[in-house]
Amino acid sequence: MAGGVSSSSYYSSSIMETLFQRTLEDLIKGLRLQLIGESAFVSKAIEEIRREVKSTDPHTKSTALQKLSYLASLHFHDMSWAAFHVVEVMSSSRFSHKRIGYHAASLSFHDDTPVLLLITNQLRKDLASTNEFEVSLALECLSRISTPDLARDLTPEIFTLLSTTKIFVRKKAISVVLRVFAKYPDAVRVCFKRLVENLDNSDPQILAAVVGVFCELASQDPGSYLPLAPEFYRILVDSKNNWVLIKVLKIFAKLAPLEPRLAKRVVEPICDHMRRTGAKSLMFECIRTVVSSFSEYESAVKLAVVKIRELLVDDDPNLKYLGLQALSVIAPKHLWAVLENKEVVIKWLSDEDPNIKLECLRLVMAMVSESNVVEISRVLVTYSLKSDPGFCNEILGSILCTCSRNAYEIIVDFDWYVSLLGEMSRIPHCQKGDEIENQLIDMGMRVKDVRPELLQVARGLLIDPALLGNPFLHRILAAAAWVSGEYIEFSRNPFELMEALLQPRTSLLPLSVRAVYIHSAFKVLIFCLHSYILQSESMTSSFPDNLVLGVSELVLKRNMLEGSDLTTCEAPSAHCSEGFNPSNQSYEDLSIENGGDRTINHGQTSTPAFSENIFTYDSIINLINQVELALGPFTGSHDAEVFERTRHILCFIELIKGEITECLVQKGKTLESEEMKASKIIKLISDAFSEELGPVSVSAQQRVPIPEGLLLKENLDDLETICADFQVPASNLFSLGSPYYGEEVGVSPFGLQNKEESEPSNEATSLLTEHRKLHGLYYLAPEKNEIVGNDYPPANEPKLQVNPKNDTEDLVKLTVQSLATNKKPNHAKTRPVVVKLDEGDLVTITAKRPETKDDLVSGAVREVLVGSDTRTATSQRNPSDKSSSKRSKRKGKEKLNVDCSELKENLGDSEKLKHENPSSRKNKHSINGKERRHKSTGKIGEEGEENGQKGKQKSSHRHARHKASHRADAPLNVVSQTPVIPDFLL
Amino acid sequence: MIRAVMVMNTQGKPRLAKFYDSVPVDKQQELIRSVFGVLCSRAENVSNFVEADSIFGPDSRLVYKHYATLYFVLVFDSSENELAMLDLIQVLVETLDKCFKNVCELDLVFNYSKIHTILDEIFFGGQVLETSSTEVMKAVEEISKLESASNSINLVPKSVSGWRGR
Repeated sequence: MAGGVSSSSYYSSSIMETLFQRTLEDLIKGLRLQLIGESAFVSKAIEEIRREVKSTDPHTKSTALQKLSYLASLHFHDMSWAAFHVVEVMSSSRFSHKRIGYHAASLSFHDDTPVLLLITNQLRKDLASTNEFEVSLALECLSRISTPDLARDLTPEIFTLLSTTKIFVRKKAISVVLRVFAKYPDAVRVCFKRLVENLDNSDPQILAAVVGVFCELASQDPGSYLPLAPEFYRILVDSKNNWVLIKVLKIFAKLAPLEPRLAKRVVEPICDHMRRTGAKSLMFECIRTVVSSFSEYESAVKLAVVKIRELLVDDDPNLKYLGLQALSVIAPKHLWAVLENKEVVIKWLSDEDPNIKLECLRLVMAMVSESNVVEISRVLVTYSLKSDPGFCNEILGSILCTCSRNAYEIIVDFDWYVSLLGEMSRIPHCQKGDEIENQLIDMGMRVKDVRPELLQVARGLLIDPALLGNPFLHRILAAAAWVSGEYIEFSRNPFELMEALLQPRTSLLPLSVRAVYIHSAFKVLIFCLHSYILQSESMTSSFPDNLVLGVSELVLKRNMLEGSDLTTCEAPSAHCSEGFNPSNQSYEDLSIENGGDRTINHGQTSTPAFSENIFTYDSIINLINQVELALGPFTGSHDAEVFERTRHILCFIELIKGEITECLVQKGKTLESEEMKASKIIKLISDAFSEELGPVSVSAQQRVPIPEGLLLKENLDDLETICADFQVPASNLFSLGSPYYGEEVGVSPFGLQNKEESEPSNEATSLLTEHRKLHGLYYLAPEKNEIVGNDYPPANEPKLQVNPKNDTEDLVKLTVQSLATNKKPNHAKTRPVVVKLDEGDLVTITAKRPETKDDLVSGAVREVLVGSDTRTATSQRNPSDKSSSKRSKRKGKEKLNVDCSELKENLGDSEKLKHENPSSRKNKHSINGKERRHKSTGKIGEEGEENGQKGKQKSSHRHARHKASHRADAPLNVVSQTPVIPDFLL
Repeated sequence: MIRAVMVMNTQGKPRLAKFYDSVPVDKQQELIRSVFGVLCSRAENVSNFVEADSIFGPDSRLVYKHYATLYFVLVFDSSENELAMLDLIQVLVETLDKCFKNVCELDLVFNYSKIHTILDEIFFGGQVLETSSTEVMKAVEEISKLESASNSINLVPKSVSGWRGR
């Protein structure tokens, strides 16, 4: 083998290398033998190549490079180190070597490869070669690795090749234009006319290539190519080549929505093709074009649906699948088409092909309406029990998604839906815990009438010990626990719930969920105590004396002074919120008490279990003991949440334990003041807990004005780096250096995941508290946060806490008003009220309209097509603007604007930016920036770094382009002007 | 536009991989692996489409065909027609068959360079340039001729002739 022999110094090493060098075939054979294992063999081969590629002999060198290309392409080895050798081999005069070099270049070069600068001349030479295969090599390479510099420098050569008589070269030159335009938009001015001329070419290969190029160009910005519609129309009517027709159809699918007159004209030829063609690909393309872009032409749609039907009943699964896809495209506008094929769709829900099943599922969900949702969901849930885990979850996911759409638009019977969720949770394969969790809580907050049923469902989930073992259900159980705490007043037997919340098997839960359990137990406890007090107050009978307890209570209280501090800190905060609006608070007090009474009465009448003696002295004491016993071990917990909450509840118990017994025993006697204290505390906490939690508008955060002195950058990249640093230590920080932490993670991967999600927000909370000190009025009341914790969407009560003195008063008023009007329940239907917030609640972030970005290519194209008159419309930039300092400023502004406009789209804000005009851009930027800065902050905060990064990428991309245009020193216009379409077509 | 052409055998070994976006090599390997993971789990006689958004990002489609021990895979975006892409796989396989006379996996293994020649005639920078296998074959034969000619001009390497001339 070469390795051994080449070391001998008898002959010139290059001869030996040449004679004994392993060829690519040898290498492959060696790899296949795998005597020493593949990776060892490959690294040995690479070593060999490293030596051989330095050879002065071109043959040795190119063979080495070929081997390297092979290893890079199929064994994924980096070959960027050989870039210079690639350049050398490319410049070989021998075709076989040159080919190896070009192949290696297109395989390994990218925009940052430094040696790219060296190949411009080589490419130029080869592009001008008389050998068409050499030209072809250079073009192929250029189509892969072209950079702005290469594209700029080689534009003249490409231009020449666009009209060469050699078809073989010309079609490649046409195709390469796409990449050249993308990299160097000014090439459009040079090459575009010649490109258009090729549309008239009779050669099918040329036509296919040029139509392909226009298809790509039009998909980026269709508007610019409207003037070429007559050309495309001619091809659509005349061409017999299916490849070309498909591409032209794709172009028209883009153009037609922009120009109704064009659509009217084109729809007939498309239908003709659909009727006549024997090629399924063309037929399908016609169908797709009609259903996506010509859906308002009734007859065309009807024809398309007939053809879809043909596809659906075909034996070929591919056609079936595409037919179903076409149906789902048309479903939103013409549901009848789906309904017509209902049987087929449902039949194939049980097809063996997962694609077809999935597509059918989507169509079934598209057919769901208010009237049939119950029936369809029933069928699907039953079906999901029989299907494989993956598809089962697809089914559940789509039910959840469809039913929750637009704030549960299609749900009338919420009790049914809630119990359906309960049922879903018990499906063995169910992995939709997060979604079900969200919906349970969301409905609890939005739909008042469903709460009793919700509590029943939650109860069912909580008391079933079998469910605790399934990690996929933990999030659902968290929601159930939260529901049971929040809506405990609807419970028939709170003691039973308490038992469920404290059952021993809860040790299987991740700590984050346990924290919710503990907090819910707190709420249940408060509820029981409060009910007990109300009940005992209304009772006239007194109990025999029990002085012993009174004494022990006093002792205990002294011991737990620290604890009482913790507990009472909630009380003053409750006072605070009272203080702002005393009348409101007292009203609420009243209503709550009434509510409490009502529930008790209700219990008395309907169930014997909830009779007056349910909250007896014994039961209460038992309850307290039970809580103490169950939570005792948690005082040593290493999880901050669990620890904190356990402390709260235990300290509270210590505080009131004695008194609660006392107050009943000594009622109306000497210790009256003590009694008052305990029951007052209970009442206050109970009030705090019974404060209703509402849904939060998506845009709520944006409405909060930025406090002065708070600097929020548009770009949160810095934060990302900070957070990245925090990620690791944070987990330690919150687990208090638990030695068992690792073990617990092992038990509950979900807990960890949840932790990671909540930690950044913990970081934010500390920042928030600081701001709250200054501007507390705009944030949620502290006790709210306490209740809600990090796991649940915080309540939104903007009607409270309005500081009239603040300078941003107006904005807040606006917020309150808009919320108030939108919160108004609509009693029109028998359907229970679903609290909807403003439009921000409903607008989905996905509704991103295609951006009409100022694409330099299309700008240039418009200019070429429409003529140079548009140039006058655009203001050329001020000369002063060209100074570098100003330019950078402008960039900054523009960047800001990118973020803003993106935001605007996301939020669906009613406020509209007027269409931007390059001439007025400069002024507007500053205004927009100011107006919207505060809006951007919340958004970015919510969406996380990902969004920010995206925005940044995009803007940097734009900058790059701007740079290019600066270099060319010919600013392009982007006037959105409807291009003139010659009348002979329309 | 076409984003990638892949051929892999039923064990998941790549036999041909060409990406028309610039993708770093380790990422390429990952993509091929995940594509194979999807393909090998699919039954015979099901549709030839795979929803590829999770692997290749938004607006990407994948069609594949299974011939003997090989999967032929095309990844593309919404400017191509799915059925046309299936036809194109057919064209590619036909061309290979013409080129190698009853093509089998081994032909692909040992003819790295030639397969790329074929591929480059059909696809060009992500665009479909030629759909007739006869046209492709014509070009491929020309190129092979040119290659062997350029080699035979100088069958003995320069350094060797120089050494003899002394």
